[in-house]
Amino acid sequence: MSQHLPALPVIVPLLSALLITMLGWFKPRLSFPIALAALTVALLSAVGLMGRVLSSGAAAYGMGGWNPPWGIAYHVDHLNALVLIAVLAAALVGLIATRKCVKEEFAERIVPFYTLFVLFVTGLAGILLTGDAFNLYVLLEVASLTGYALIGIGEKRAPLAGLNYILMGTIGASFYLLGIGYLYLMTGTLNMADLAQRLPAVYDSHVVALAFFICLTGLFVKMAFFPLHGWLPNAYSHAPSAASILIAPLTTKVMIYVMIRLTLTVFTPDYAFDILDIGNAIVWLAVIAIVMGSALALAQNRLKHILSYIVVAEVGYMVGGFWLGNRAGMTGSILHIVNDAAMTLCVFLAAGALLTRIREDRLAGLQGMFRKMPLSMAALAAGGLSIIGVPPTCGFFSKWYLISGGIEAGHYGFVAALLFSSLVNVVLFFRIFEIAYFEPLGQGHGHHRNDPSPMAEAPTSMLAPLVVVAVLLVVLGLYSGNLVSAIIQYAIPAQII
Amino acid sequence: MDLIVSLKPLFAVLISILVVPMIIWSGNRPNLREAWTFAAAGIKFLIVASMVPAVLGGATLEWTMVQVLPGAAIAFRVDAFGLLFALVSSFLWIVTSAYSIGYMRGLDEHGQTRYYCFFALSLSATVGVAFSANLLTLYLFYEMLSFATYPLVTHHQDMESRSSGRKYILYIVGSSIGLALPAMVYVYGVSGTLDFATQGIMPSSVPPAVLMALVLMFLFGFAKAGVMPFHSWLPAAMVAPTPVSALLHAVAVVKVGAFCIFRVLTGVMGADLLTGIGLGTVVCYIAAFTIIVSSLIALSQDGLKRRLAFSTIGQLSYIVLGAALLTPQGLTGGMLHIAMHAFGKITLFFCAGAIFVATGVKNISDMTGIGKRMPITMTAFFIGSLSVIGLPPCGGFISKWFLALGTLEARQYVMLVVILTSSLLNAAYFLPIVYRAFFCTAEESKFDNRMGEAPIWCLIPLKLTAFISILLFLFPQPFLDLAKLAVVQILGSK
Repeated sequence: MSQHLPALPVIVPLLSALLITMLGWFKPRLSFPIALAALTVALLSAVGLMGRVLSSGAAAYGMGGWNPPWGIAYHVDHLNALVLIAVLAAALVGLIATRKCVKEEFAERIVPFYTLFVLFVTGLAGILLTGDAFNLYVLLEVASLTGYALIGIGEKRAPLAGLNYILMGTIGASFYLLGIGYLYLMTGTLNMADLAQRLPAVYDSHVVALAFFICLTGLFVKMAFFPLHGWLPNAYSHAPSAASILIAPLTTKVMIYVMIRLTLTVFTPDYAFDILDIGNAIVWLAVIAIVMGSALALAQNRLKHILSYIVVAEVGYMVGGFWLGNRAGMTGSILHIVNDAAMTLCVFLAAGALLTRIREDRLAGLQGMFRKMPLSMAALAAGGLSIIGVPPTCGFFSKWYLISGGIEAGHYGFVAALLFSSLVNVVLFFRIFEIAYFEPLGQGHGHHRNDPSPMAEAPTSMLAPLVVVAVLLVVLGLYSGNLVSAIIQYAIPAQII
Repeated sequence: MDLIVSLKPLFAVLISILVVPMIIWSGNRPNLREAWTFAAAGIKFLIVASMVPAVLGGATLEWTMVQVLPGAAIAFRVDAFGLLFALVSSFLWIVTSAYSIGYMRGLDEHGQTRYYCFFALSLSATVGVAFSANLLTLYLFYEMLSFATYPLVTHHQDMESRSSGRKYILYIVGSSIGLALPAMVYVYGVSGTLDFATQGIMPSSVPPAVLMALVLMFLFGFAKAGVMPFHSWLPAAMVAPTPVSALLHAVAVVKVGAFCIFRVLTGVMGADLLTGIGLGTVVCYIAAFTIIVSSLIALSQDGLKRRLAFSTIGQLSYIVLGAALLTPQGLTGGMLHIAMHAFGKITLFFCAGAIFVATGVKNISDMTGIGKRMPITMTAFFIGSLSVIGLPPCGGFISKWFLALGTLEARQYVMLVVILTSSLLNAAYFLPIVYRAFFCTAEESKFDNRMGEAPIWCLIPLKLTAFISILLFLFPQPFLDLAKLAVVQILGSK
């Protein structure tokens, strides 16, 4: 059994999707416990995988006993085991926290919602684990299609946002597929390990370069890298709370992972950084992404819109850090995948908690929230501080690595963009805090103001996970040293210094 | 030098964080709630004080919490300088807590539970800064202090406090993220460590121009020190309740800024390195500019707290000046000034608050004749003024004496003139207040002859700090010994 551990994070959610659909026919109430059990098993096996990687190193696994190049290989190493844990943990917490939300928002559609969600996780886990470039495309479509549906399931403008996402997402996925097709043309294989062996012989070919660029462009669309981010803000902010809490922390991070995997494992680092020498150019694109994401966030007046544009800026952090091409930058980028998953989960969860009590997510609706929902607001503050990058929250430490990577590479534009974005985040979050803290504004001295509105926190089932995630931001920060020295440093090829 | 591994610094920092849940829990029982504050303040001071013998014996106490970056941990280290600052701020927390009771209850303020919670958090951060073993830990607590004081500054939750709060966050967090953080990352990049060390950690390969940029980034990045042009948050922050202005904006917050600059100049850059390329002089002139200009602005302020704020800006630059002189006497003077100015200025703020509680008056022009109404308060105000001006028999004289000696030692004669000029200006903006309070004709007086002091909880603290200001002139030993020892630790045993 234990040799099949790499398959579990994918197979268990997949089977649970069938189970939910079948049993849900009779008893819709069962959907949640099944999804919960499936994700718990998946998370535990991911932790087990990490344990195995730490003790005996990276390993390959032939799905169904078929060995590559015929079968589909799964491949587990430090990088994907780490991201897998982050993704599954975020999904699990999100699942628990949104139970009440889902019940209210999708009274009639609980079964399809949970089915879609476990399939979505199946896709993401598969993308992370697979060692086959084409299989990755298939799982990408699994995750995307379920993602479109989860977003489009919402009210009002959600279907339109979902449609926009489908159009953009399909273009992105097609680009990736096209690139993979070219690679197959050149090498005759789709297995990543095989590709890595055969590609260096044809590095001077324009077709390979074209394939690389097309794949990369496709991934940029999928991860919402500015200016290809158009689908994200509306999709995340018009989606139902439950869907945005579950999707926002995960999709972009997994796509960043694919970009890293493609550049470091399928190709060799020297191809992208030396032969094509596009590192510097992409970092400049990241600079633009960070600046524009932050600036656009400033222009929003709805909470979830602001948070969505922050996600766009954060994508720039991770892309830029990786393409600096040095160890510090890549460490920052990978650490930020984990941290940003936690941070995004925290702020979207907090927004969801606030939205259980106020129906309108315009900022003006947040008046007096520090009094009404002190814990949710405190959690939002913790998430905000982490996104700003205040120690000891985790956001500070990944930003630290990113900045030192930028200084090391002599790329001061990137450093300036990071600092600019931090400052904009200060403004963004304090704008929110001000409204929640000051308004309704008392004129003159605010003595003995008796607020008529009593405390009304979000339901405990939502609040408890939220508080846990908020605390986790600090814990992750304090242990980021261990995270880097035990895991992340092995996820980066030794030739990168 | 002995190293002692000890949990004491950790406890000294944590105690006031741990008390926060208790304060919230007893939010409906004000007496119990304030008892928690007093308990935490008392224990904090005792823990800090209990480290004095060991440190005076030449030891440093250390505790490493967790290694967060290679070569940089979240770690505490108690040396003489840090202990001096922690002693001052933890002692004054006790006094200010008593004063807070008088002030907040006297004015029947709202949100008192929140107020005491964030006050406790601020003190944790302050002592955390004092006991930081490296720049990273220092920065951590520096930022914690920035955010923990925001709800205190904006306590009134009205239009004015909102705009002041904006200014406060923008200046303080903006400069620390925009300037201090990148400088810190750069230092880490070239030296591989962030630990404060005797004579600094900068490798000799760093060119002077870069060093210059780094020094300026730190100098302005730690904007809590109020070095011009990064000073205008401080007058704005005076919108806070007076106990906040007293402890935080005369002692804890602002001196954290000066402390950080002091640490960076001596522990990161190193005295010899800075003297060698003449960077100390550059900082001296920036500080001198701030000293003179802020004193001139103070002259024209009619709001008492605003005048005190501009005075504080000038006095903070004395500390920066002391650090930038980089000579034993100058450093001693700078460190002593942290303590001496703290007791003097907090007295003045306590008086300003007492006047406001008793009469509702904020402006100096309305205070003519107030000496007859509040003789005790105004006497304390006089003593506090003397100390800040730097006249005997008050503690402020001692620190200015050492600073003056330091200028001679460093051959910075211009700085001596600056110090003397500034003292005159200080006298010019403080003494008229006292004069008009006591000496005026019955027609000029805006108060009747009835005596009416502030509540006893306000009076006792201001009497106490005024008394200590005099006492420190006669017995400066506890702080003087620590400062002298700190100079040896900073410069190395020469």
